[in-house]
Amino acid sequence: MGELKKTPLNQVHRALGAKMVDFGGWDMPVQYSGIIEEHKAVRTKAGLFDVSHMGEIRVKGPDALKFLQKMLSNDVSKVKTYQIQYNILCLPSGGVVDDLLVHKENDNDYLLVVNASNTDKDFKWFLEHKEDEDVEIIDESPETGQIAIQGPLAESILQKLTDVNLADIKFYRYTYGQVDGVKCLISRTGYTGEDGFEVYCPQEKTVQLWNKLLEVGGDNILPCGLGARDTLRFEAKLPLYGHEMSEEITPLEAGLGRFVALDKEEDFIGKSALKAQKEAGVPRKVVGIEMLERGIPRAGYAVKKDGKEIGFITTGSYAPSLDKNLGLVLIDSAHADIGTELTVSIRNKDVKAQIVPTPFYKR
Amino acid sequence: MVKSELKYSKDHEWVLVDGNKVKIGISDHAQEALGDVVFVELPEEGDEVTANESFGTVESVKAVSDVYSPVSGKVVEINEALLDSPELINSDPYGEGWMIVVELDDASQLDELMSAEEYEAFLKEEE
Repeated sequence: MGELKKTPLNQVHRALGAKMVDFGGWDMPVQYSGIIEEHKAVRTKAGLFDVSHMGEIRVKGPDALKFLQKMLSNDVSKVKTYQIQYNILCLPSGGVVDDLLVHKENDNDYLLVVNASNTDKDFKWFLEHKEDEDVEIIDESPETGQIAIQGPLAESILQKLTDVNLADIKFYRYTYGQVDGVKCLISRTGYTGEDGFEVYCPQEKTVQLWNKLLEVGGDNILPCGLGARDTLRFEAKLPLYGHEMSEEITPLEAGLGRFVALDKEEDFIGKSALKAQKEAGVPRKVVGIEMLERGIPRAGYAVKKDGKEIGFITTGSYAPSLDKNLGLVLIDSAHADIGTELTVSIRNKDVKAQIVPTPFYKR
Repeated sequence: MVKSELKYSKDHEWVLVDGNKVKIGISDHAQEALGDVVFVELPEEGDEVTANESFGTVESVKAVSDVYSPVSGKVVEINEALLDSPELINSDPYGEGWMIVVELDDASQLDELMSAEEYEAFLKEEE
């Protein structure tokens, strides 16, 4: 194991008193003031997240669309300029290499935003699968800083620093504009289940923008760590790579079928396996559970029905907005109906739970 | 923060001695390291606990941690308030956040524990 990677905000996090953790090889803040307080700030006011560890990979050239249609599960031909599309990079088996966002700059230029710990793997995967397509694949991660501002007050706070009329940016759209005099990519996206923006800037400007956003946000904004980011995305049932989907869990099992364009003309890697899985009936699916007895479900815990193992927890936590102990379960499709009672094995005890509708939280 | 009238274990539990009974909780340092406590599991009255073995569980939003007993003996009281209000461990670790009361098998085992001064030195060393 080498030294941990650091974002441009590393020293700022430390000065703010953050607790730092190793997150997939990155030295990242898990919390500042406390996960619950940060979580609630995002639901009621605004939170600021350092997401500079995320990877940015640019695919450009005359064959950019052709190449992406081959690599990605969703139909990239449907994306308009300055629109964003959620997408999945699959293995031939139908398992998942990574999930990512495609930003269309123009017909020959796409910016992909990928999970931090998968950046190197994805970049290699793209290079390995480039055949005769006329495309350039560029890892822009080191030059790019990224800050997410999330919550009901995100727009009004960010608006103080930019002339771009943020109200014009619709969900999953983006634009370029000045933020505090710095040229940025501003997108209406996020990973919290709240309204909000993600701002991409030159890495050397990240500290300036972070400090300025905290300053103009005043009492309405809190710096938030990866702990709150996880509980927020969990309540909104936004999937996390390595949990709800992985090389062993297909997007169809993860409930991401609407991002798998089995009807698109082009063959994409994993298409035939996913088609076969759909035709045969998807054997497992991700559902939500609420504990009926005392206990917190945690990732990896076994889930049983009448004593027989039928699945496992992919993410589980105390849910701060709902004040409940909840979990997501990858479960045998035969036992996945809402209302089904089952048990979670917590420290060798079978603790009662019930399948409930998801997402747990909707704004 | 370390309280002078208490004794401490290397696993960051504190002990308040009252005759042959001791009240047990986790130290301020331990609650700080855990973060927001959202779940507590305690033994039942009458259960036996053994020094350096787990007697319960404390869960924060992110982590599950065992709580190790600093002494051996019989549980004579548990803090039921923690079952509904686990956050008391964060807000008042040395007071309302106490966990269990144990009747000691043998009072001499307390000699193994650290004084407040020794615990403070121990924390500095751990840093």
